[in-house]
Amino acid sequence: MNLQTTICDIKFKNPIIAASGTFGFGEEYNELYDVSCLGGISSKGLTLKPKDGNEGIRVYETPSGMMNSVGLQNPGIEAFIEHGIANMRRFNNVLIANMGGHSMEDYTTGAAMLSAADIDMLELNISCPNVKSGGMAFGIKADVAKEVVSAVRKVCTKPLIVKLSPNAENIVDMALACEEAGADALSLVNTFQAMAIDLHKRKPVFNNVYAGLSGAAIKPIALRMVHSVCKQVKVPVIGIGGISSATDVLEFVMAGASAVQIGTVNFNDPLAGKHIVDELESLCQKEGIESLEEIRGII
Amino acid sequence: MNYFDSKVISNKQLTGDIFVLEVERQNADAAAGQFFMLKCWDKELTLMRPISIFKAEEKTLHFMYRVIGQGTKKLAELKKGDLVSLLGALGTGYPIKEMKGHVALLGGGLGIPPLCQTAKELTAHGVEVDVYLGYRDVLFSLEDFEGCCANIFVSTEKGDEGYHGFITDLLKPEQYDAVFTCGPEIMMRKVAAMCKDKDVACWCSMEHRMACGIGACLGCSIKTADGMKRVCKDGPVFKAETLFQ
Repeated sequence: MNLQTTICDIKFKNPIIAASGTFGFGEEYNELYDVSCLGGISSKGLTLKPKDGNEGIRVYETPSGMMNSVGLQNPGIEAFIEHGIANMRRFNNVLIANMGGHSMEDYTTGAAMLSAADIDMLELNISCPNVKSGGMAFGIKADVAKEVVSAVRKVCTKPLIVKLSPNAENIVDMALACEEAGADALSLVNTFQAMAIDLHKRKPVFNNVYAGLSGAAIKPIALRMVHSVCKQVKVPVIGIGGISSATDVLEFVMAGASAVQIGTVNFNDPLAGKHIVDELESLCQKEGIESLEEIRGII
Repeated sequence: MNYFDSKVISNKQLTGDIFVLEVERQNADAAAGQFFMLKCWDKELTLMRPISIFKAEEKTLHFMYRVIGQGTKKLAELKKGDLVSLLGALGTGYPIKEMKGHVALLGGGLGIPPLCQTAKELTAHGVEVDVYLGYRDVLFSLEDFEGCCANIFVSTEKGDEGYHGFITDLLKPEQYDAVFTCGPEIMMRKVAAMCKDKDVACWCSMEHRMACGIGACLGCSIKTADGMKRVCKDGPVFKAETLFQ
């Protein structure tokens, strides 16, 4: 049986990638299990300058999911290049640098810096719902996204993944625009913009009022979006959204995904990465699946 | 730090909505001021729950918790022999080994339980410990502090027992080499200010909503004088002056 998958000529030993923002730079989870068993790790979302992130409540459980408003707290691209990459390179898997931004210049300068560094792929986050003035704006309108992806494409020498927001006006139009602008791959979906209210305080739970919803609750919608995008684009797609079991992984592969990212499930089961990889192997055996290619996009 | 399933030995209602869960320790690390993430569900709830170490005995771990939401409600339903998943021990606790002389522990409400393990470790380390416990009305867990501290001071906000008022009224920081505190932030701010005034070292244990519990997700980061810090990993115990300026 072969769990390998290839995206833009980069080989993943299996299709399980740790999702950005849930896994740091891999270090903490590596204390619990050997994270080299994962196909890849997408780094905490990086910005040109270090960011403190948002104040107040940042995580909040919801039925079958959670909301977050971390606000891209990160050490900045320079610090990542200086220390973070070497740390992540200890893990024997694909190193994806996830990058967000506030302006076109942020994106292009950052992409150029990361391209010159020892990363395998760049994942462009045009969809963070938790950063005011930027991030999200690029992820809503296809023509704005196209502009930023084109600009990044010009300076990016690494395989370029564009991470899409489910909050886009039209996810398929958005995917096509990014593909046309030169994305080598797409990952979807980021969190859904959502809201929580504290009855007793008569206030929103989050200082930013809105926050991003993730977890099992969004899986069926994410699956639909991955499916409809895969029907329209030629570039490989990485499925994201509430994936928490090997069954979920195979569903996304059948919908057309080349790989998947797991995020929120890491909080429910700290060994989720290892568990899903192991489970995937036994599930494929049970289902008589020799390689993921057999079932990719069959729906 | 380990992630393991453990058997429930007992799960008792202490008073009102406060429970104590005792589980098999299974050689897990555990130090004063640290915590574990707990769950007794599969995927019905997304997140594990951070609960401080009340007592770490040779073979067992004790957790005191208040039933507030869905997670603690499920924990309260645990019966002897049930399995509970534990991730821990997590975080940075109180600096026991740096202490000498005379240390005061001041806790309010559900800030009291972590100070029990702290009192034990400090006493074992040869430090003289005075404990200040502030309750709303009903006292709990007082007997757990007997034998591991020199003096116990008690207050209730409603005056049912002990001193009538806030526990901070009883503390004279200048009598101590250091003060450790845990409880409502407004109380810890007061303790920190009192200690600063008398130039006495003070450590506070912070509480925050958490997702991963191990320092990866940055869901519990707070602003400190030393920059952003993760309550789950860099804390929960911080030096007071880094928290409250």
